[in-house]
Amino acid sequence: MSAATVTKRVASRIPHRIKLNLQAIVGRAYPRIIGANREPSWIFFEAVLPLLGIAAYVFIYQAIGDRAVAAILQATSTAPWGMCGDHACANAAEQAAYLSATQANVNALIGSVVLGGTMIAFWLNVLWSMASQLYWEKEIGNLQLYMMAPMSRMALLGGMAIGGMFMTSVRAVTTLVVGVLVFSVVLQLTNPLLLLAVFFVTLIALYGMGMMLASLYLLYGREAWNLSSLLEEPIFFTSGFYFPAGGFASPQFGGLGRAILTFATFIPATLGLDAMRQLIFPGAWGGKFWIFSPDVEFGILILLAVAFLILARSALAYLEMLARREGRLTSRHQ
Amino acid sequence: MPVAIETRDLVRIFKPPRKLLRRKKNPDRNGEPEGPVTALDHVTTQIREGELFGLLGPNGAGKTTLIKILCTLLLPTTGQAWVAGYDVAKDPFPIREKINMVSGGETSGYGLLTARENIWMFSQFYGVPSKVAKDRIDELMHTFGLWDKRDAKVRTLSSGQRQKMNMIRGFVTDPEILFLDEPTLGLDVNASRVIRDYVKDWARKRKGKTVLLTTHYMMEADQLCDRIAIIDHGRILACDTPENLKRGIRKDTTFRLEVDTFGNTETFRGMRGVKNFSSTNDIAKNTTSLTFILEDEAAVSDILSAIQAQGSRVHYLQKSEPTLEDVFISMVGRGLE
Repeated sequence: MSAATVTKRVASRIPHRIKLNLQAIVGRAYPRIIGANREPSWIFFEAVLPLLGIAAYVFIYQAIGDRAVAAILQATSTAPWGMCGDHACANAAEQAAYLSATQANVNALIGSVVLGGTMIAFWLNVLWSMASQLYWEKEIGNLQLYMMAPMSRMALLGGMAIGGMFMTSVRAVTTLVVGVLVFSVVLQLTNPLLLLAVFFVTLIALYGMGMMLASLYLLYGREAWNLSSLLEEPIFFTSGFYFPAGGFASPQFGGLGRAILTFATFIPATLGLDAMRQLIFPGAWGGKFWIFSPDVEFGILILLAVAFLILARSALAYLEMLARREGRLTSRHQ
Repeated sequence: MPVAIETRDLVRIFKPPRKLLRRKKNPDRNGEPEGPVTALDHVTTQIREGELFGLLGPNGAGKTTLIKILCTLLLPTTGQAWVAGYDVAKDPFPIREKINMVSGGETSGYGLLTARENIWMFSQFYGVPSKVAKDRIDELMHTFGLWDKRDAKVRTLSSGQRQKMNMIRGFVTDPEILFLDEPTLGLDVNASRVIRDYVKDWARKRKGKTVLLTTHYMMEADQLCDRIAIIDHGRILACDTPENLKRGIRKDTTFRLEVDTFGNTETFRGMRGVKNFSSTNDIAKNTTSLTFILEDEAAVSDILSAIQAQGSRVHYLQKSEPTLEDVFISMVGRGLE
């Protein structure tokens, strides 16, 4: 067969392959979009319970804010208009401005926690329903059937990711709306279009990372569970789910803080959260705790998304080659 | 007739996983490190298009390894295999569009989905148009007697119902070649019959459909298969129609005996006139069933003497026509169970 004939044959199959892979994405997303919302218990476990974790941080920040406000409002003989930080307020106008800025900062902190708590749902979904998923699929016997099917392996991961994004978005939006209402967070959207773009690119980068981890986890077998556990709390901390991560760059944390921040920027949630917080609470903390500007963070997130998707494709191809060569990885109990 | 599946000198060796600091010890080998295992040893065979081909062999004979290679899940160590004209090592994707596989005891699928949704999901991975898939699923659910359970969540299905669902998953993509790896394993008589009848019908009535079936049940292989290959220790010992295989040992005589539980069957090994034998103990009845393939009928008296010498009582003795099981015992030297 000539090269031209082969090229023509391959080209004629492209529409068929596209249709097949789109169908496969829909098929694999279906259990997460339909199946996972079938039992209403998720509303309690996945939307209401996370609010308790958020509430703990909100109350702490609220208490700190109340003390700061009390210090501003408390008149003493040396500070008749209260304290504006580490110095006495010069007059009523400075006191009022300082009070307003403090209340805005407390609102931004509480809002940051609500937003971070909402994004935790996505991170947990990436860890437990993306990264660990292929391992689980192997254990229940699905992976072998997936590997035998003619669809692209990226369609399988893509379906898992789209299903996961949809499923988690439903939960996250519920948590966000309830959190904003219950904790009376005031949002100041400056650039809704960029905010949406940052949100979606963050999700693509996050799930791209999950797709990459899915293949790597499979290589580690049962230790995958421990990896997922390991990547929970430390990442909540380093990525700043409950506080602005830019704080790590403050001088008091020295080199260690900068090292943590550098590591954290490889987790898409870090930059995504930072950019979204900047776009929802502009001017909070005098801009001291932001990592980069939202535009720069958006650009880095696009690069991360592309890089993770390419790495996911390579990792999956390597995994499949290894599975076929060694006869394990895709089969149960092996 | 065109060839659907062909293997030439197929070898598959499993090497133990490499560990950096230690090698896994094998308790069966006095703690010696595990060595490579030859699962397939120069397997050469051809399965014609439209054929219902059986693969009979004990556990560990290499049946599943062969199926996995043909399903493109595993690469051969050496040798070649072609499915639907494509090389399994070089062209897996065109093969995957033409095949499907169902294994016995499968637990695939998602518990939160209904049986119907679950099968539909798998059909989408093969590009079956949604409407066509749904129509086929409904038809197959009626055929397999699963219609009442169409909207039941998968996790609520019994193992028999689940296996029927798996079978429907295999047929819904209308594959050219279907691999069935012990599809009736652990099923009750009725469920097994429904599955067997459908497989037979599907292969007979639809032109060009090929089935490769592995089974532990001799009756199933005898009833369904056009040809059967007997495989043991990774080698194909014989391959022919069930009739020809049975005819091959017709010059031998088959005797079946039931005796009081009998421990030392090694007495019969090498006994003059005994070609091969198998034994099964029934703990509940406290009996042993023995099947002998005899080259010389006169050996029966030596067998009976050996049994009586050990104080065991003969409950019955029967001379019978050779079955596929006898062919198997004659070749492998033991029964399947």
